Amino acid sequence: MKRLVRKHPLAVRWFHWLNVPLLAVMIWSGLYIYWAYPTYRIGVGDFTLVEMNLSREAWRTIGVNNHLARGMALHFVFGWLFAINGLLYVAYTAFSGEWRELVPRRGTLREAWHVLLHDLHLRKEPPPPAKFNGAQRIAYTGIVAAGFGSLVTGLAIYKPVQLGWLTALLGGYPMARFFHFWLTVGYLLFFVVHVAQVVRAGWNDFRAMVIGLEVAEVAETTEAAPEAAAEGGET
Amino acid sequence: MNDEPRRPDDEDEAAATPQTGDEVEAEARPEPPDDESTAVEAAVAEAAAAAGEAAAEPAAADDPDAELRRRVGRLSRRGFLTMGAAAAAGYLGWRWVDTRPTEGRLPWPLRRGLEANRALWETLYDRDRLAPTYPVSRAEREPRVNGRLGLDRDADPATWALSLEGMAGLPPLSLTLADVRALPRVGLVTELRCIEGWSIVVHWAGARLADFLAAYPPPNRDGGAGDPARHPDRLVRYLAFETPGRGYCVGLDMATALHPQTLLAYEINDAPLSWDHGAPLRLVAPIKYGIKSIKRLGTLRYTDERPADYWAERGYDWHAGH
Repeated sequence: MKRLVRKHPLAVRWFHWLNVPLLAVMIWSGLYIYWAYPTYRIGVGDFTLVEMNLSREAWRTIGVNNHLARGMALHFVFGWLFAINGLLYVAYTAFSGEWRELVPRRGTLREAWHVLLHDLHLRKEPPPPAKFNGAQRIAYTGIVAAGFGSLVTGLAIYKPVQLGWLTALLGGYPMARFFHFWLTVGYLLFFVVHVAQVVRAGWNDFRAMVIGLEVAEVAETTEAAPEAAAEGGET
Repeated sequence: MNDEPRRPDDEDEAAATPQTGDEVEAEARPEPPDDESTAVEAAVAEAAAAAGEAAAEPAAADDPDAELRRRVGRLSRRGFLTMGAAAAAGYLGWRWVDTRPTEGRLPWPLRRGLEANRALWETLYDRDRLAPTYPVSRAEREPRVNGRLGLDRDADPATWALSLEGMAGLPPLSLTLADVRALPRVGLVTELRCIEGWSIVVHWAGARLADFLAAYPPPNRDGGAGDPARHPDRLVRYLAFETPGRGYCVGLDMATALHPQTLLAYEINDAPLSWDHGAPLRLVAPIKYGIKSIKRLGTLRYTDERPADYWAERGYDWHAGH
């Protein structure tokens, strides 16, 4: 029997969709800032696989040149909104009990492996049905931890004297900046996988993040009075 | 409009369907706790309004999914319209911010945002929090030279003098390097953090600006002679620094000026400052971005009006504090 069932609470949907433009502004203004000192690379010792840098022309083409001042202003104003939205989300999941669906638990790692194999078509049987599977639990908890990491490393770069203890804890100013940058690269990787998975999961799942409800097969329950079930329609 | 037959019992569902666990049908909850309440109430009201006419027709028992589809369609329209409206509002808000008149080359909402941050961090400011210091061995042998703004080629160190303006009841004083060297010499190995993002450890030496202020006190806001040691809160609030040709200028708040790590530096790596490091005398403010550490001082003025600041006029934060 197909029914509309609750999936995502209104608060979670607002936090999620507000986070989209906020994180976009933080990443783009962060890129304005990074442009002024694009120093990182992927490599070992003298060997460099990827310079995390662009040519002058490429920076100009994407419009990220000579905007350091604007980037800093945007970053330090919108940073508060990003932080508040994220902290409210964490508070909401904590108090509403939603966290139980989200945080990894015993068996999550094994289940996540199962999900990975299934998604790569290496294993046929689907993972056990749940609101969030093991891979999702790890991804959605990880991305919140990353957000918290961005806030903490960001504060350490923002106020390395007044919050000097925090900067020191992270290994100093250059290290804090290093972590802050690579966390952002992590967001971009998350984003690619997340969007690909949403496309794969289909419209019903995507729509559920907008309207909160999904159409699902619900088994008849024996406890339900027969006439009540009939009243519910869709028999 | 009403081309699909409606079930007349939408309204009753809520009361009639028992809750059977987590996956309760959303529209069937007696009192939707929070989120769907508006959508569901509206949907129920809509259904109730239609019930009158629909009741006359038999229920469409032959297509059980039609009702579900209709309801999903209704909720989707509502949801996506809300999201579209929110996105449009967000975009218009963004455009609004971006098209506001600028203050120091920033749209004023962003400038006010930076000023709100300044107010917050000035409230939280603790003068005992120090920039990290390092052993001399960690200092750069040849510290990077980044900015040459205000460093005129023809400046003659032999005739250099610092013009000190704004002391209570005094005309501008002309100070020599010897006057500054007469104050206790302080060495400091600390991090210079450029606003561009890089940082280096530099070994400075010079006089504490706080000692200079004790020797050449700024006035109080009421115009009388100030006493930085005992009544720093009564002093005028700012110091204005300029290079001799006014090619570069920095405004500094009094709290930073009185910070024990803020120096009038005349040495780098135990040698007199080179020309491009700001000879003969420069400011070093480790609790600010490097843009505040102005080279080759020409004028120092005590003032209660927030002074001009080269980079703040070009879109950067005036406070620029760490």
